[in-house]
Amino acid sequence: MKTVLVTGGSRGIGKAIAKNLGLTCNVAVGYSHSKEQADEVVDEIKTAGGNAIAVSIDVTDQNSVDECFETVEDVYSSVDILINNAGITKDNIFPRLKQEDWDSVIDTNLTGSFRASQRAIKGMMKNKWGRIIFISSVAGISGNTGQSNYAASKAGLIGLAKTISKELGSRNITSNVIAPGYIETDMTSFLNDEQKEDIIEQLSIKRVGKPEDIANMVSFLCSDESEYITGQVFPVDGGLTT
Amino acid sequence: MEVNEVFDKVKNLFVDELGIEAEKVTMEAKLEEDLDIDSLGIVEVVMAFEDEFEIEIDDEELTDVGTVGQAVNLLHSKL
Repeated sequence: MKTVLVTGGSRGIGKAIAKNLGLTCNVAVGYSHSKEQADEVVDEIKTAGGNAIAVSIDVTDQNSVDECFETVEDVYSSVDILINNAGITKDNIFPRLKQEDWDSVIDTNLTGSFRASQRAIKGMMKNKWGRIIFISSVAGISGNTGQSNYAASKAGLIGLAKTISKELGSRNITSNVIAPGYIETDMTSFLNDEQKEDIIEQLSIKRVGKPEDIANMVSFLCSDESEYITGQVFPVDGGLTT
Repeated sequence: MEVNEVFDKVKNLFVDELGIEAEKVTMEAKLEEDLDIDSLGIVEVVMAFEDEFEIEIDDEELTDVGTVGQAVNLLHSKL
């Protein structure tokens, strides 16, 4: 059975990904602050008949990343699949954006994925098999008002994923990007009903996305059926970027 | 560690990690031409060296390494 590490796996999209992959893989639910919520996800996966552990990972700290991988490798022997999902927002209109908010979003969302991916690839190269999925955003493709830092970090993931796909394809390691649109999570909970209506108007499918919509795509890209797909960006957005 | 001991360990890594035939791994063998190791393969070898010998190898140190013997001598000098 393959083992997956989901960063930011205790909440939102990461939680849905962890639960879905729990049906077919050993799951390491990575969390930075919300240990209790991560434990709940582990319990839910176990109740459904799967194997899971909660593991602390701060993607802004290489030592924490290394310790996380060592823990997972001790329990399940390898990390075969990495889901780079941990991310933050610090929104402000660009002329007012503070550099510290730029730096922290880039450090978590982009450099954090670099740290985890580079560590993961060591084992994947040895095993000559691996799957890396980057959870980007439609903001990384189209930009989004008030999110220059977030959009830049999410666009950066696309270049990273495509390059990894070229360098490591010969070792059966694929690297793909999913770009969620508006998904109902804590990260979008600040939107009021009127704003939600405005968003839905722009969509071909007339509803806001669910975390499970993303999780289904992740599961496909982690499966053996997707072995010929690499270096690609998949918007899952109800038609927003069409 | 003696040079010949380093060579034996290196040879094992080439055979085990990269599936190269043991008789091809000589001190004179050129990594790319004789052993058919691509640039990513070199990275794999270096990572395996680092794990096996518990050392860190800088990219600059690799610029003059083109043969098995040169790799062995580099490792021997770092141990």
